[in-house]
Amino acid sequence: MKAIPFMKWRWVAVAMSVAALLAAMGSLSVKQLNWGLDFTGGTLVEVAYSDSADLGAIRTELDREGYEGAVVVSFGTDRDVLVRLPDGYSDEQGALMVDKLRAATEMSIELRRIEFVGPQVGEELRDDGGIAMLTALGLVMLYVAFRFQIKFALGAVIALAHDVIFTLGFFSLTGLEFDLTVLAALLAVVGYSLNDTIVVSDRIRENLRKIRRASPGEVIDISLTETLGRTLVTSLTTLLVLAALALFGGEMIFGFAVALLVGVAVGTYSSMYVAATTLLQLGVSKEDVMVPEREGADQEGLMP
Amino acid sequence: MTNRYPLWKNLLILIVVLCGFYYAAPNLYAPDPALQIAGASSAQQIDERVLARAEAALTEAGIGSFGEELQNQGKSALLRLNDREQQLRAQAILARELGDGFIVALNLAPTTPDWLVDGGASPMKLGLDLSGGVHFKLEVDVAAATERKLNQYETGIQKRLREERIRGRISLDGQKVAMQFRTEADREAARREVVDLFPELFLDRVDEGETWSLYAAVTEQTIKEVVDYAVAQNLTTIRNRVNELGVSEPLVQRQGSNRIVVELPGIQDTAEAKRILGKVANLEFRLVAEANAPISERQRFEYRSADRGGMTEWLERDVIITGESVSNAQAGFDQNGQPNVSISLDGEGGMLMSRATRANIKRRMGVLFIERKYRTRYEQGESGDEVAVRIPYDEKKLLTAPVIQSALGAQFQITGLDNPAESSELALMLRAGALAAPITFVEERTVGPSLGAENIRLGMKSVQVGLALVVVFMILYYRVFGIAAVIALSGNLVLLVGIMSLLGATLTLPGIAGIVLTVGMAVDANVLIFARIREEIRSGSPPQTAITQGFDRAIVTILDANITTLIVAIILYAIGTGPIKGFAVTLSVGIITSMFSSIMGTRALVNLIYGGRRVKSLAIGGIGNKRSSTEGAPA
Repeated sequence: MKAIPFMKWRWVAVAMSVAALLAAMGSLSVKQLNWGLDFTGGTLVEVAYSDSADLGAIRTELDREGYEGAVVVSFGTDRDVLVRLPDGYSDEQGALMVDKLRAATEMSIELRRIEFVGPQVGEELRDDGGIAMLTALGLVMLYVAFRFQIKFALGAVIALAHDVIFTLGFFSLTGLEFDLTVLAALLAVVGYSLNDTIVVSDRIRENLRKIRRASPGEVIDISLTETLGRTLVTSLTTLLVLAALALFGGEMIFGFAVALLVGVAVGTYSSMYVAATTLLQLGVSKEDVMVPEREGADQEGLMP
Repeated sequence: MTNRYPLWKNLLILIVVLCGFYYAAPNLYAPDPALQIAGASSAQQIDERVLARAEAALTEAGIGSFGEELQNQGKSALLRLNDREQQLRAQAILARELGDGFIVALNLAPTTPDWLVDGGASPMKLGLDLSGGVHFKLEVDVAAATERKLNQYETGIQKRLREERIRGRISLDGQKVAMQFRTEADREAARREVVDLFPELFLDRVDEGETWSLYAAVTEQTIKEVVDYAVAQNLTTIRNRVNELGVSEPLVQRQGSNRIVVELPGIQDTAEAKRILGKVANLEFRLVAEANAPISERQRFEYRSADRGGMTEWLERDVIITGESVSNAQAGFDQNGQPNVSISLDGEGGMLMSRATRANIKRRMGVLFIERKYRTRYEQGESGDEVAVRIPYDEKKLLTAPVIQSALGAQFQITGLDNPAESSELALMLRAGALAAPITFVEERTVGPSLGAENIRLGMKSVQVGLALVVVFMILYYRVFGIAAVIALSGNLVLLVGIMSLLGATLTLPGIAGIVLTVGMAVDANVLIFARIREEIRSGSPPQTAITQGFDRAIVTILDANITTLIVAIILYAIGTGPIKGFAVTLSVGIITSMFSSIMGTRALVNLIYGGRRVKSLAIGGIGNKRSSTEGAPA
């Protein structure tokens, strides 16, 4: 099989990545994230009206009742209404509000959910999330450094950071709500992207040892070409199920599915370009991966 | 002969998969809608008569029920209903029929057949986001609890110094009790008294010009104890009260240093739940009335404990102190090894107590336990329907009535108790009745039953669609090998569900998402293996060698890739709460089962199809694999 000259185009990829990351970080610092209730604290009420709900009337009613800062939107269908109160209302207000909405309409109202998150909890969840992300990156780096070599570890971690920042930027730009499930999805993206990066790194290591007469750049090209099929197939199956989740999973899981869709897509790219480019720029060579080989075990299963 | 698994390996795989089926099977049996009947007090027994009454009431209302059974040695009973739609109505009917002495809770009774129950198999529990219910997180107010403790120190020290005639100014200064004296001798004397009274305080002497100061600081250790005490106190009371809510499987759990998590599946009325959880029990200390006291000045109360069932005592109407003055009650032993209960009061309570007891030595003092209870009455509502009206009332029962041996102060003991069990019960009740440590609701999530049911439906649909897409793709792309992978993938799902059920894990919406994700990612191992096999064939290896090499070479990669993902999943589990934990669990279990199924399972299947015979080509699909690309599956 002819190797595809991936590394020849690496500066184009670097330029693209840098541009994307700058845009992401720019948006994150200017527009920031649309933090969900889990992180901001506050009250959220979801109710289902028996017929299509008049958002305007609900807003007027809530205004009259003195719910300042209440945000009323429809959720999924025109019958489902979501009201979000900012932090500062007491934990009883959610249930009280449902009673008031019931009194204000002829339609029957079914309670779907009430969520109340106190300010201290929100802050904690945000801190814990950040710590988890850093711990994940740190531990992963240690494992890869131990199993492979420090250059590989740096490549993997830079690729992961790339994916995480990109996905965060996507959420910032689109204004999609960033809640706890999205944070979980982000950590799952770390796991997934890593999976990809390790498969590629594994092949690069193997080929560095095996192919004697080739520059590191060529070895990386060959490795990426060899793993290309697998990378695309796995990404495709994962994207297929995620698409199913985004389309059929309902509103509560939508953000989660989107975060993973974006993360997996960009993770596929980064495991090829970001991790490999970093490796090449760090000057990876045969010496980095020279370990006594134990290929003997592989010879056992030959045909008689 | 190559590529044949020894018999034991095939058997092992078969046994593992069969076990998976066995433990996953209970999830196939839909639970029956049911009602659980329990006594409002723990002494209440449920017998056949109660069951017969309940059954008759339901039959009269035209609600079909079956499978009545007594549980927990007659502490509760279960009634299964034919129709889920009627569950709420049936609950209302039974609550009405049986009255306030019983609690009727909605329940879902598992219908796991005996042959599965015998092996310890049970269905997965559903998280609140799937079953509907309320999740509360409560937090003990550490600052307020500390402040209360400081006040206690301040009044304690004030009192002791006054008794010892040491003159000085005492005030609170942040986390410290500050004392100022005119002379160094006064300060030294005060220091000795404070050390004697509260050895846990950290003392610091400061000389400021003419005044000799002494600061008594609360240590971290003491604050931690105060918080621990407050959390433990609230845990006990909340556990007792949750039972009143009529929830079949409540969860009350301490979380972290100062939080309590309460989960009540099936509860919709959060306001009601909060009222019961937050209701305040209280205590009253009153003198036992003298025999010749006029009837207008005395009141009769029953003892609370069942041992003295029916016994009563006349108490004075005047209240010495209430539970708000009680800061602690601890069961212990006196010098003679007799069980006792030590009670601490705050400064004001101590003053009132000493004033009241000084003149009444040798008389008896009764301790009343007051609980807010509800009586249900049925009235005609505006629209003509019958509505249940809950009328609150206070139930006051006597805990104990010991003889006053001497003038009491802020600290005193109740002695003469029969055994340690009695003393710890009494201490528990005193603590439960004392002013509860300040506690606030910091998080609350309520999910309605329709949303829960919808989440299950949508989740299942995503799993089905996702699985179907992957199955079609794998078979089109990898032909026979694809079929092997798909069978292994299905086995993986069964194993995943089986292990989750066996672990008693809770299934949440993100957990279902984790299952969906597992379906997508689990084929990765197979994709890696098949890609290797194709490579081997392209480089000219004979089919059997290609299979062996493909599997062997891919394994190291698969392990590395999966272990790192597992690290991430474990971190998720460690930091995540509720639903996120559910996701982490499915993800971790999914990674482990997928390694087994895609490495061992697929290999066994491939071996069964191709192993041990001469094969000219492999139906693994793929461009460039000329020898096999046009071939169908062998018979």
